[in-house]
Amino acid sequence: MNCQEIEALKHAYADRELDLVRTTEIEHHLSDCRACSQAHENIRALSSALKSSDLYFKAPAHLKKRIRASLPNEARSSSSQPFGWWQWFKWGIPIAGTALIAFLLATSFIRASTDERLAQEVTANHVRSLMATHLTDVTSSDQHTVKPWFDGKIDFAPPVKDLAAQGFPLMGGRLDYLQNRPVAALIYQRHKHLINLFVWPATRNSSRAKKLVVRQGYNLIHWNESGMTFWAVSDLNPVELREFVELIK
Amino acid sequence: MEEQDKQARFEETIMPHLDAAYNLARWLTRNEHDAEDVAQDAVLRAFKFFGGFHGGNSRSWLLSIVRNTAYTWLQKNRKHEIATVFSEEEHDVEDLAANPQVLLLRKADHEEIMRAVEQLPVEFREVIILRELEGMSYKEIAEMSDVPIGTVMSRLARARKQLQQSLGQRLQPGVSQ
Repeated sequence: MNCQEIEALKHAYADRELDLVRTTEIEHHLSDCRACSQAHENIRALSSALKSSDLYFKAPAHLKKRIRASLPNEARSSSSQPFGWWQWFKWGIPIAGTALIAFLLATSFIRASTDERLAQEVTANHVRSLMATHLTDVTSSDQHTVKPWFDGKIDFAPPVKDLAAQGFPLMGGRLDYLQNRPVAALIYQRHKHLINLFVWPATRNSSRAKKLVVRQGYNLIHWNESGMTFWAVSDLNPVELREFVELIK
Repeated sequence: MEEQDKQARFEETIMPHLDAAYNLARWLTRNEHDAEDVAQDAVLRAFKFFGGFHGGNSRSWLLSIVRNTAYTWLQKNRKHEIATVFSEEEHDVEDLAANPQVLLLRKADHEEIMRAVEQLPVEFREVIILRELEGMSYKEIAEMSDVPIGTVMSRLARARKQLQQSLGQRLQPGVSQ
């Protein structure tokens, strides 16, 4: 990249809006070019001056009170009345019904919310791995350097496949942390897209079915296989990500 | 029952963002009293249209209503401010970006920075507040203001350039335009 290209991208770079490939290219350029690195420092100095100089106006307490008071408030009128028999009749049946439905749905909600939290964690880890210069702990040309590297670092052996021939070369591996435990992260590449594949031992009765979810524009596919839980996450399109998952399985 | 449920959900998802709503209103109107009116009006509108909010980023959702309310208010009360924005061309001032400003900015005090931000045209001011104070991503800002991401990026670039210039000039009276 030359200075002109950096000029066009310097704000997106400072705001961490660029993909890993371009971020790395700019980092290289900045380390050699004083003018561009000065311009970058200036953007950062401005940002931190704006953040640190107390420009945030908090809503005054009287405004919060006024807004709350101006919202229509139904609760006020009914709570002042005694709770008569007719109210048992009026509210009792719907409340009992709601409680029953809540009870019936509880287990599925618990599972859904665990998956939901995990999807967020996985996405956050993926994004973080792209932001920092810490994509891989071990860089690899094939699975024989990556697989042994995990020995002694985690208490399981993640299945490691090199899919270079199928167009998904293995870039390397990394230790990561999900659901309060260390997990293996395998990094694959498809053209300019990076895929993080997180692997750890599955808990009991995990579903084998593949599920696709979308979080913050990233596609995530998760499934269980041979006692392991897998989460693949990437900005790659769902079709190619599915293809990748089929190759891994 | 349904109405109470709506209130509870509104209290839970929208009310925590009152500070963000007021802050944006304050920066767009540049005045406390007008900001209070705009913020209150916006929250009431948010309540009215809350049925149309189907999850997602509640802060962005509220802020986009604050933004619309503020622009409507500006349109009515300070039309010239909006009009200047659209004709606002980038002044071809000497590019100070390459000068070492890190030290200068450290010396800039609260008042100076505040004045510099207040003097930005409203659409540049807005993007600075959303990015630097709210920490929103380009995509979130783009969706909220209904413009392409490229526009967000160029507004931000121009806003920062103007801030660097005005803070640079203020702190370094010798620098010529």
